[in-house]
Amino acid sequence: MQRNLDKTKPLCPQICEHICLDVALGELKPNERIKSVREAAVAVGVNPNTMQRSYEILEQEGILYSVRGTGWFVSENTEKAKQSLEKLKEEKTRMFFEEMLNLGMSAEELREFIKEYKYD
Amino acid sequence: MTEILKVEGLVKKYGRTEALKGISLTLPAGKIVGLLGPNGSGKTTLIKIINGLLTPTAGKIYIAGQKPGAKTKGMVAYLPDAIYLNSWMTVKQIVNYFCDFYEDFRPELAYQMLEKLNISPNHKLKTLSKGNKEKVCLILTMSRNALLYVLDEPIAGVDPAARDYVISTIINNYNPEATVLISTHLISDIEQALDEVVFIQDGEITLHKTVEEIREENGKSVDGLFREMFRW
Repeated sequence: MQRNLDKTKPLCPQICEHICLDVALGELKPNERIKSVREAAVAVGVNPNTMQRSYEILEQEGILYSVRGTGWFVSENTEKAKQSLEKLKEEKTRMFFEEMLNLGMSAEELREFIKEYKYD
Repeated sequence: MTEILKVEGLVKKYGRTEALKGISLTLPAGKIVGLLGPNGSGKTTLIKIINGLLTPTAGKIYIAGQKPGAKTKGMVAYLPDAIYLNSWMTVKQIVNYFCDFYEDFRPELAYQMLEKLNISPNHKLKTLSKGNKEKVCLILTMSRNALLYVLDEPIAGVDPAARDYVISTIINNYNPEATVLISTHLISDIEQALDEVVFIQDGEITLHKTVEEIREENGKSVDGLFREMFRW
């Protein structure tokens, strides 16, 4: 029910990020109808007003669009969502490197690790 | 925005003890609000005044502009903290009873929710487990089409899986015209579902904010802030 939301941070941006990633990774397809605000609020276990606001923010960003009386859909153009995904990837990678350097890993060891890692 | 509840300088004394020390509070429509406070802080006293079960010593209280009375009882759906139904009745009899009692009761909604939980309408209440009895009480309360839902400790007696059910029932019945006031001390379970929180301590309101404000300003969960404010 709870989709790993960090309750010490505002929920709206976190929900937006989750939906954005689903769009960028193709879990949600362009022009696909997504869950209604109420269904999504129940599924994630958050307040309906929070979910409504998240959808509205994503609409302003051009990731979703709404059709009055019908519901919410994924935008045809997923470029914006993909940009967000790229930004997130970069952030997470940077964080990983910083953490490893803080743990005393040398640049040489890091390079070695990246080369040896089993990517499957 | 319509005011569902307006409280001004509300005082309640039990003999010499002041349970509410002049509180003021306004709740608009379309919100899910948590009434949070330690034991003996005045939560249930406030709730009973809202329901017209207690009369205030001083101060004013309005529900959709009306003083508590016969008329407001038709607008307020109240879930008390104790089970109050006759245990010899079947679930179906209780649903019929509620139909007779409340004009705004929606039996089809009640049966729909009962079915989802696999509770047969032909069972007598006394054959149900404590958790299931509490769920029946919640279903009956949420099946009314009220303006103000007042839930006193709706999740205290149920297991974590049932808590999720209770919370999703509350979210699912959300209506932009109505407001839900939930009193609890199990904050971390419910805080995701809330719009606003009201902290009450020693008969006074110490904080009234939106939960997103709390997260943004304090970098804390509502539960975290509560534990910090009420440390002893």
